[in-house]
Amino acid sequence: MSSAITLDALSKRFPGQSTAAVQQVSLAIEPGEIFVVMGLSGSGKSTLLRMINGLIQPSSGSVAVRGQPLSDLSKRELNRLRRHAMAMVFQSFALFPQRSVLDNAAFGLEVAGLPRTKRLVPAKRALERVGLGQQLHLKPAQLSGGMQQRVGLARALALDPPILLMDEAFSALDPLIRRDMQDLLLDLQAEQRRTVVFISHDLDEAIRIGDRIALMQSGQVLQCGTPLELLTAPASPEVRAFFKGVDRGSVLNLEQILEPCPQTLVLPDGADPAARAPQQLCFVLTPSGEFLGILSPQEGWIQADAAGALDSKVLVNDAIAVVARSPWPTPVLDHQRRLLGVVTPRRLLETLREGG
Amino acid sequence: MSGAFAPLIASLEQAGPVGQSVDAAVEWLLNHGQGLFGVVQQGIQALASALGWGLALPAPWLFAVGVAIAGWRLVGGGFALFSLLGLNLVLALGLWEPMVDTLALVLAASLLALLLGFPLGVLGTRQRWIWRLIRPGLDLMQTMPAFVYLIPAVMLFSTGAVPAIIATLIFAMPPIVRLTHLGIRQVPADLVEAGRSFGCTDLQLLWMVQLPNALPTVMSGVNQTIMLALSMVVITSMIGGGGLGDVVLRGIQQLDVGLGFEGGIAVVILAVILDRLSQGLSPSHRRKGQ
Repeated sequence: MSSAITLDALSKRFPGQSTAAVQQVSLAIEPGEIFVVMGLSGSGKSTLLRMINGLIQPSSGSVAVRGQPLSDLSKRELNRLRRHAMAMVFQSFALFPQRSVLDNAAFGLEVAGLPRTKRLVPAKRALERVGLGQQLHLKPAQLSGGMQQRVGLARALALDPPILLMDEAFSALDPLIRRDMQDLLLDLQAEQRRTVVFISHDLDEAIRIGDRIALMQSGQVLQCGTPLELLTAPASPEVRAFFKGVDRGSVLNLEQILEPCPQTLVLPDGADPAARAPQQLCFVLTPSGEFLGILSPQEGWIQADAAGALDSKVLVNDAIAVVARSPWPTPVLDHQRRLLGVVTPRRLLETLREGG
Repeated sequence: MSGAFAPLIASLEQAGPVGQSVDAAVEWLLNHGQGLFGVVQQGIQALASALGWGLALPAPWLFAVGVAIAGWRLVGGGFALFSLLGLNLVLALGLWEPMVDTLALVLAASLLALLLGFPLGVLGTRQRWIWRLIRPGLDLMQTMPAFVYLIPAVMLFSTGAVPAIIATLIFAMPPIVRLTHLGIRQVPADLVEAGRSFGCTDLQLLWMVQLPNALPTVMSGVNQTIMLALSMVVITSMIGGGGLGDVVLRGIQQLDVGLGFEGGIAVVILAVILDRLSQGLSPSHRRKGQ
């Protein structure tokens, strides 16, 4: 399947400015991913977003949406693409103050030419989905900031677009509300996968919601990859500096910090582990690798349930309590309960310290 | 020193080169544009007659009550009472008919000014060079002493209601052009961007995003156009515009201070009514009132 959005050597220099806002950016954004473009203000990320829907014309390079280069489109075709293929959510909400919440949500469908009775149904459904089913007839000014941005999101969702462009959509909101909105976006994404291009200057937000992150500085992409790749394998000192303050425990999972098992014992089928008397602690497996339990010289046989095993996808932060209390290295299992390795409290502390 | 300038000064004492070319232009128009002026004249005459006839149709008391009710709904109880008393005073002074004539002239001129001015204001927001072209024209229309173009208006359209309406139109049009332009330019950029991002065509953007936001400013342009039209209509009595201006003019000519004053009071009453009613139409005004 081809990329949802392809940027090829995209550049933008605004007239009268000495440096380009966006320089030679090439990216492929895949269908169904939340792609976060991260950068400080002035890094060119908003300009980049506006070139994707043609609000800003690139100086050079090309943008292709679902395989179709924007430069090939007539004005009418571009408008059709904006009406059906993508919708935008703004940092300032950009709601129409004279329109009711419902008519705001129906705006995109009105532009697309749907009659009033037909456009109000999807608009209402979108508003109900974002939790504003009771506020249909209020004006935007009567809502709080968080609720206004829910209207902004509903206005985009009412079109049911395959692509969502979100320009610092949650940056103007209080931290708690921002988290709610991030959760809402993740829930929406779990229901129906859309391609989301999300502009943000908030690193925690980028790591929390992004499937992939492109880190921008002075109009250039420093590195593009999953949050983990950027965190664990920064391409340059600048990228490393960006991630310095990040809470690694909320990004890394146990699989990524595994240690090899010190001592394993493969038990033949039907044998009784409790009959053995080991010299040292060992992890007992079936011939197929499934974790059965731990044999300890002091405490004897400990079954898997009591051994405090954790799934490999558990985040480091969520594992701290279990690992810290465990008298032995915590076994880490894959989804088929096969033993992958262990995590010790010492390893956990080292992992968290690397971030500081 | 003065010797070198003598020929120049002499030539400026009569109509200068600018004046001569304006003379020539008016003469050329008189000779070549009669057909067009005939059509314009008949059109405006028809509009003025229809408005005058329509406004004279209801009995004065009915008219006053109608204005009071509209005023009560749009502005408030105090204003309704004022308009009822004010219109009664005009009737008692025997100035009802001239007032209706003046109102018809004001409405005809304002209507034409809005019909021409509003699209011009919108057009000015499309391209910067168009606005650069329009703006000096507006400056000219607003600041050129009105008496100066009363004369060519008479030459082109003879005397009566038509040149009065045209002269009024010229004077009253700039505010609606300027404020339409300003109102649309002041629409927040993010709203325009939102409209564009959802695929608005230029016309959809204007109709669904820009005009609803610009409406309070545009409506204050409508109000100013109406007020300027009223002030000009009084002056056009000098070219046979008729109405309350005639009463004031007669007062001046006959040195009848009382008559002039009566006409003046009727103008003021009409002005207040037109001002408050047209302000009451503005959406921002109404929202505040609620």
